[in-house]
Amino acid sequence: MDFSLSEEQKMFRSMFEDFSTNEIAPVAEELDHEETPPLEILEKAARQGFLGATLPEDYFGAALDFVSYSLLIEALARECMSVAVMLATHVGLVAMSILAHGTDDQKERFLPPLASGEAIGAFAMTEPDAGSDTTRLQTRALVDGDEYVIDGVKTWVANTGVHGGQMEPLFLVFAEGPEGMTALIVPAGSPGLTIGYREPTLGLRNVPFNTIYLEGCRVPADNRLGRVGEGRQIADRAEQRMAISLGAAGLGVADDSIEAAVEFATERVQFGVPIAEKQAIQNFIAESAVEVEALRYLVYHGAWQVEQGEDLSFDASVVKAFAARVARSVTDHMVQVMGGYGYMEDYPLARKYRDARALGIIGGPTELHRVRIAGSVFAGHGVEVAP
Amino acid sequence: MDFTFSREHEALRRLIREFAENEVVPIAAEIDREGRVPFENLRKLADIGLLGVCFPEEYGGMGAGEVGYCILMEELGKVCTSTATNVGAHIGIGAMAIHLDGTEEQKRKYLTPLARGEKYAAFLLTESDAGSDAAAIRTRAVRDGDEWVINGTKTFNTNGSFADITTVMAVTDPTLGARGGITAFIVEADSPGYEVGRHEDKMGIRGSSTAEIVMDGLRVPHENVLGKVGEGFVTFMKSLDMGRLTLGAACLGGAQAALDWSIQWARRREQFGEPLAQKQSVQWKIADMATEVETLRSLVYRVAWMVDAGQPFTQLAAMCKLYGSEVASRAVDTALQIHGALGYSRDYPIERAFRDARIAEIFEGTNEIQRIVIASRLFREHGVRISP
Repeated sequence: MDFSLSEEQKMFRSMFEDFSTNEIAPVAEELDHEETPPLEILEKAARQGFLGATLPEDYFGAALDFVSYSLLIEALARECMSVAVMLATHVGLVAMSILAHGTDDQKERFLPPLASGEAIGAFAMTEPDAGSDTTRLQTRALVDGDEYVIDGVKTWVANTGVHGGQMEPLFLVFAEGPEGMTALIVPAGSPGLTIGYREPTLGLRNVPFNTIYLEGCRVPADNRLGRVGEGRQIADRAEQRMAISLGAAGLGVADDSIEAAVEFATERVQFGVPIAEKQAIQNFIAESAVEVEALRYLVYHGAWQVEQGEDLSFDASVVKAFAARVARSVTDHMVQVMGGYGYMEDYPLARKYRDARALGIIGGPTELHRVRIAGSVFAGHGVEVAP
Repeated sequence: MDFTFSREHEALRRLIREFAENEVVPIAAEIDREGRVPFENLRKLADIGLLGVCFPEEYGGMGAGEVGYCILMEELGKVCTSTATNVGAHIGIGAMAIHLDGTEEQKRKYLTPLARGEKYAAFLLTESDAGSDAAAIRTRAVRDGDEWVINGTKTFNTNGSFADITTVMAVTDPTLGARGGITAFIVEADSPGYEVGRHEDKMGIRGSSTAEIVMDGLRVPHENVLGKVGEGFVTFMKSLDMGRLTLGAACLGGAQAALDWSIQWARRREQFGEPLAQKQSVQWKIADMATEVETLRSLVYRVAWMVDAGQPFTQLAAMCKLYGSEVASRAVDTALQIHGALGYSRDYPIERAFRDARIAEIFEGTNEIQRIVIASRLFREHGVRISP
């Protein structure tokens, strides 16, 4: 066992935290207020190599190990969960899927623009009637000559609306076909692809979540990722990586919330003393610290498992379910520590509280992860676990 | 024992519910989005007489008592927390202080237009360094002949931007502290020296106004002292007790609405080939919510009945606020979870309810203060004095 970060990982972490403090913190409140995608931050992140964080250098990636990558997501989420979620979607759901399942040709074509920020990865799975239950997708992909023709509607697709500049979305679309679910790479501008309604959200207000319409949308047959019918396995692995990185995002937002509330409690005087001297406040902080430390090692362990290539079907769900709970409860308690100031939008806790609530839903609701965890726990006991 | 509502109260509930459905629901999302106070609805509430629901008829009120007032807050809390907040600050703490401690002449002059809804009220207590520690206020009132001169800044005042008549807590004897040193005053907002300062940008209840009030050399006649000089702390504690009970009633409405939405969604939304209502994860959530809602309902109306019966209720009012706010927050959080991504979207009322519900754990005395109120009374019976 070795719980220490390597010298290199420590160096990365300090670099990521500097980026977050210098480039994100000064604009996070304004960005949230304006609800615009953080294009400038993403461009700066691209110049740092963050958009190709885990991609090999051959594809102009930064070749980070997954633990370092988790430290990156954690650091970004400390100041802005929107940026963390966008980056995790781009890297973990899309770029790494292409890296893992793509042909050499696909990797050559798609990975360098993803690493450089010319394209941003978007993962199109959810549909109006397929939220937790993605076993019944309505979206269809049929082969027509040397093309795929895709028809369907995808909702809540993150990273869709980053227009202007040069950052065009690159969609990974999941569709049912005669031989099961298949993953297709659909570049922005493909014929028959339309980006529709953007969801107005409680938090994560800089993430463009849009509906996309695929109406006779055509892509070359060699844009199919993996084999015909391999979509489910590709999606499962992508979602497991995402679950770990959402855990890292939950860790970042929770840890930073404690820091903000501790600072407040130290300065805020009521009844003649800083409220930090009150046991009720100390209990909020102590309980939250317990939760954050437990989450920290759960996340790092999960990230290390990704690096080892281990089966994540149990652990990814454990990380995600616990992270959602911790981020929710810690931000809630830290709002309470800050009292009226916790409720005001010109203090950071209100935003973190709204943002953190997303973790119980995005990347699969906690209820679905519990089903998966129960499925793993009961495996071999002759018990059927269905959602 | 009799747990039924009177026919008058049943009729009142129908009247309010109809008003809420027809007038409040259609603009609830809009006032949140635009961050504006729904004056059109406050005026309509006044026309029906509801802004004086609990006050005696002789002062322009409806005379429906605390039970009637809780019915109003529950029904408004179901559909729009902002509207409930505007009304609660007006009736429950602003006008209530005058109702509880005003002289006959003060009630005629100030309570009557407030009960009729011709004027709006606010309660000015909190300061930047005096939140939970309300006794630490620094706003100063100094006697000058037949007048008092008030200087100070009050923060986080609900209805602050538009109130016409306010009750202001100020220090009149700094040597005496909270008990003996603080006095309540009735202050008209058009007095020279009364200025509305900054408006707060809040996470929720965005259809309510939260503003700073600056008083600079403001003069009020001695006859506007509310209660006795030096007894302001008693006046505001009594008003807050009433406010806490009715905040619990508004939370009851919010929690009930969250439960109703959840049941409706769970019976309609199909995943894995059947309605969510068939999933035990969802059934358990609904069962727990309903249990808490019913517990809260019993507590709120029992305490409202105690108020109308003239019984002491301070500790129970704190419980209404504490339990009510936590039940409402949990209920809305659960409703959001059952709705999944739709619950996270501003196109559906749950998102607003989620932001709105959170304030109830903070304002009208944080829940930590409620726990101190409850614990201090319990320990006092056993000879132990505790301080915050």
